[in-house]
Amino acid sequence: MAERASIDGWTPPSPNQRRAILDRSKSVAIVGASSNPARASNFVITYLLSSSADLDIYLVNPREEEILGQPAFGSLDDLPVVPDIVDVFRRSEDLPAIAEEAIGVGASVFWAQLGIWSPPAARMAAAAGLDVVMDRCIKIEHARFHGGLHLAGFDTGVISARRR
Amino acid sequence: MEPQTDREWGFRTRALHAGARPDPTTGARATPIFQTTSYVFEDTDDAADLFALQKYGMIYTRLGNPTVSAFEERIASLESGIGAVAAASGHSAEFLAITALAGAGDHIVSSSHLYGGTITMFSNTLANFGIETTFVDPTDPEAFAAAITPNTKVMFTETIGNPSGAIADIEALADVAHAHGLPLAIDSTFATPALCRPIEWGADIVIHSATKFIGGHGTSLGGVVVEAGKFDWGSGRFPKFTEPVPSYNDLRWWDNFGEYAYCTKLRAEQLRDVGAAMAPLNAFLFLQGLETLDYRMVGHVANAEAVAQWLDSDPRVAWVHYAGLPDSPHRELAAKYLPAGAGAIFTFGLGGGRETGSRFIENLQMISHLANVGDAKTLVLHPASTTHSQLSDEQLAAAGVGADMIRLSVGLEDLDDIIFDLDQALTGAQESS
Repeated sequence: MAERASIDGWTPPSPNQRRAILDRSKSVAIVGASSNPARASNFVITYLLSSSADLDIYLVNPREEEILGQPAFGSLDDLPVVPDIVDVFRRSEDLPAIAEEAIGVGASVFWAQLGIWSPPAARMAAAAGLDVVMDRCIKIEHARFHGGLHLAGFDTGVISARRR
Repeated sequence: MEPQTDREWGFRTRALHAGARPDPTTGARATPIFQTTSYVFEDTDDAADLFALQKYGMIYTRLGNPTVSAFEERIASLESGIGAVAAASGHSAEFLAITALAGAGDHIVSSSHLYGGTITMFSNTLANFGIETTFVDPTDPEAFAAAITPNTKVMFTETIGNPSGAIADIEALADVAHAHGLPLAIDSTFATPALCRPIEWGADIVIHSATKFIGGHGTSLGGVVVEAGKFDWGSGRFPKFTEPVPSYNDLRWWDNFGEYAYCTKLRAEQLRDVGAAMAPLNAFLFLQGLETLDYRMVGHVANAEAVAQWLDSDPRVAWVHYAGLPDSPHRELAAKYLPAGAGAIFTFGLGGGRETGSRFIENLQMISHLANVGDAKTLVLHPASTTHSQLSDEQLAAAGVGADMIRLSVGLEDLDDIIFDLDQALTGAQESS
């Protein structure tokens, strides 16, 4: 991850804060979901839909009908539920508009994927009371705390004498 | 929900705990030895997702094994890296680490003061694959800079050169590498993370022969590659990271995995294709070794410093090269990068050339003559006739290896006994001359 300048009104969540965000979330809306298997979003969606994760996944892309067997919705407003997390795979300049939508539907977490960074979106979402994560992959963070990263030889930072 | 704090756990705590929480199925507190080649899939979708890297999990022990994972996470934690990939030996770890970055037509800039086997790997096998290496004086960061070409993919050195004892100026080398958009890879076998953590000084890739101090018992071969997770593989200089990968549905390592890209690629491509996987039993034995690494290195360094001083003051010894001695040219860099001690492997000479050296070695009673270092037992070797015997005279000189050089790896025996054995062998070497 590249070094980033700090943003007034928002502190990047620590590992345990990211873990808590994932633990209390039941549903994730993926904005910018792609049906192209070479795209990172498709890769992440496959993981989130697999037995690895116990999350309800809603896909948002106005130009798609169906992605990986799941319906694609035109916007966050069209979803049948209020998603806990809005996870974004779009260019950084599109983020403020999506943050506004996420605040509008009542989501509790605004999450921007690896390489995506928008200080105005972060300030807006944080000021509206949302938890904000940016430049992090939701798949990698889920795997960090659920054994996947450990099995792949990565340092999870988890030190524990508990069985689970 | 278990209690979790954001505490930064200490080195000795992580040496015991990192990567090894109790087994969730049985509650076993020690890490079990998963002596299995393969793992049943939940169903066919699960298998397909695993093969496509779309979920994490075990497929086949060549690609990953739970005992090996525990070792990988522990060494990654101790080196302040993002992750690690274990290998069958230190040598295969180096091969994997380099070939993840360089292919035919590419170029490496390397220290000339390397383990002889690494020099032959670079100048022979890698050259046969079309990877060219320029060897430079490791004490001169400008020499590295001058050798960089548009095709250079990595700069390589050793924290403590084998056997010359040259200490790498890691910070300066990392600055040179990063100014040219290159990663710095460093073999830190002789230092171990107990004495130096190169990633904290700017290195990007750290390689170990776990066979040495990490195990400490001299029972098992193994190696490991640790990566920092800080290097920008998306700069355009590393198309292997940014172009589609056909064998994984055209994913791109950098786009899909970001800071995890190097280790993910290393496992999913290089370990997959080369097959030099660490054995689960060896991973278990290295985990046992890591538990006591810091304590053992304190003992190794104390004995090594005392032995080096004793040899240095003995008139039968022509010279001693140990960065822990006050008159060493590497003293300043050792104080910066190895403040707890310059390791326990160093060289000395008896003058008189090859013959006197041989007689000295043959007169030793307790110290073992063999081609290894970093054992708990004290070991000795004559590099010019063994580890470095396949090098040309020019390569020998460039590697800092003289004909009378004796390499000593100081162990954890009683100091008096180590000195007793050296003393009587020095006498024996002189009497028979």
